[in-house]
Amino acid sequence: MDGLPGPRVPADRTEILANGHGDQMRKHRSFKALLTAQLPKLVLSPSLIAVFVGVYLFICWTAAISFSSSKMVPKFDFVGLEQYVRLWSTPRWITAVENLFVFTMLFLAITIALGLFIAILLDQRVRAEGVLRAIYLYPMALSFIVTGTAWKWILNPSLGVQKVVNDLGWQGFVFDWITRPEFAIYCVVIAAVWQSTGFAMAIFLAGLRGIDNSIIKAAQIEGAGMARIYLSIIVPMLRPAFLSVIVLLSYISIKSFDLVLALTNAGPGSATEMPSTFMFSATFRRNQMGVGAASAMMMLMTVAAIIIPYLYSELKEDRDGH
Amino acid sequence: MATDRQPGRRSHMIGRVFIYGSLLGLAAFYLMPLWVMVATSLKSLDEIYAGSFIGVPEKVTFEAWVKAWGTACIGTKCDGLKPYFVNSLVMVIPAVVLSSGIGAINGYVLTKWRFKGANVVFGLLLFGCFLPFQAVLLPMAQILGWLGLAGTIPGLVLVHTVYGIAFTTLFFRNYFVTIPDELTKAAQIDGAGFFRIFFSIMLPAALPIIVVSCIWQFTQIWNDFLFGVSFTAGDSSPVTVALNNIVNVTMGRKQYNVDMASAMIAAIPTLVVYVVAGRYFVRGLTAGAVKG
Repeated sequence: MDGLPGPRVPADRTEILANGHGDQMRKHRSFKALLTAQLPKLVLSPSLIAVFVGVYLFICWTAAISFSSSKMVPKFDFVGLEQYVRLWSTPRWITAVENLFVFTMLFLAITIALGLFIAILLDQRVRAEGVLRAIYLYPMALSFIVTGTAWKWILNPSLGVQKVVNDLGWQGFVFDWITRPEFAIYCVVIAAVWQSTGFAMAIFLAGLRGIDNSIIKAAQIEGAGMARIYLSIIVPMLRPAFLSVIVLLSYISIKSFDLVLALTNAGPGSATEMPSTFMFSATFRRNQMGVGAASAMMMLMTVAAIIIPYLYSELKEDRDGH
Repeated sequence: MATDRQPGRRSHMIGRVFIYGSLLGLAAFYLMPLWVMVATSLKSLDEIYAGSFIGVPEKVTFEAWVKAWGTACIGTKCDGLKPYFVNSLVMVIPAVVLSSGIGAINGYVLTKWRFKGANVVFGLLLFGCFLPFQAVLLPMAQILGWLGLAGTIPGLVLVHTVYGIAFTTLFFRNYFVTIPDELTKAAQIDGAGFFRIFFSIMLPAALPIIVVSCIWQFTQIWNDFLFGVSFTAGDSSPVTVALNNIVNVTMGRKQYNVDMASAMIAAIPTLVVYVVAGRYFVRGLTAGAVKG
């Protein structure tokens, strides 16, 4: 522009210059504006990509392996549902699924009952509530490996609870579940309940604290007893808390891996095999990568069937202005 | 909600006795395993085999702790838990900082710089909180191999950061939603940019949730076993994996006192965090369940 030849009227020149400059300015500004406008997304994108690769792409990858004939190394051929058929005809997997079912039912029922019971008691204006709450909840801060190690020692019949009761004088007392295939799964339930009750308690307590006192007063004036008030008024009002606890405990039980490994190592034999331990040993110990991937997909689908409707309802309520 | 009925004093007394009796009995049940771990770890092996598992140690000895820390055998090496404890520390610190930092900025973008589809993005991210990790173990092992991070601490840091982002984003997003948009809008009009607003308005206001996020991530990552056992072997294992290996040694007379001392060593960091900042831990725990 500076090299413009020929005589020019200064006004024009300045105009042109101004225009040119303006163009550059606008370009500069628009780039900056674009950057400013896109900066948030730009900042968000690396971690989003990482999560989408790490979660969704990897899930597809595992799915692909579950449809392939992979054994020791991943292969990307296609054998249809062969690995799923093989999975469901493996007795060990059937045991794992049955165990998961029994475990989840008992674990949920006991944890919820106990958690709700403690929450209701704590809600009766007790002294030292903070200390008691901390005691019920500290197991949640522990690793499942630590929990498993401690309970393995407590449940061990030759030196643990059984021996203590025997030494106290009850010679016939037997508590050897951990060594007996048909009972060992209940040991896993005991340890898991011990670890997770505090969590259920915390959520129920938050729910109870959110209930309006006047409702109870009104019911009392009508002459209802406390047990009745709790059963027919308060517990139904805790529905959202129940939903959260059920969903999150189910999720904990489906993925429980460390606890089983530390407590029983899936034994005696394969008596306490769970889907998570099955997946691990098939994939990393027995060179059945395809079967392992198929079992992982089964776990994923189970979790998704529980979690997605839950998340959907939570988000929907969110949008409705809660 | 609490009940303040004034019934007959007698039935009131009975009610109180029932309440405190139950609460104390249950407290004893929840404390028992911790007591057993501590007591056993302070006994000599002879006392353990002769006495009862629940009793007070007759002669307190720290032998088992010294052994668990420095000389217990894991595999063929006999250096105790110490190197693995250090591994866990080296893994947990960067992973906590990275995942919490990324979560903070994600939460900021998702609430204060909303764009079309932000809710869908958040929903997809949220599923990451509930991913059964078994579904990603195989590809992750492969990718870590390709990146040359298989069996290394940086590999574990990467894994924990990626899978921690979902939770940390949830924490910060739900917290930043409560900060009024007017605050950021006003700052924008005053000429503050994206990062300026983040660092001088959002972060200072986010202190409680930063604590919640760090504590949650610390507990999760320290206690992780699945990733540790899947992606590391031998020297680079975190402390949970080493603990499981110590306990599962089958040779010779079982050293329960060393097992329990090891379990305590692995448990102490998260227990200390819990005792010091339990309130924040509970908030993290219930964040996945209770909105807002």
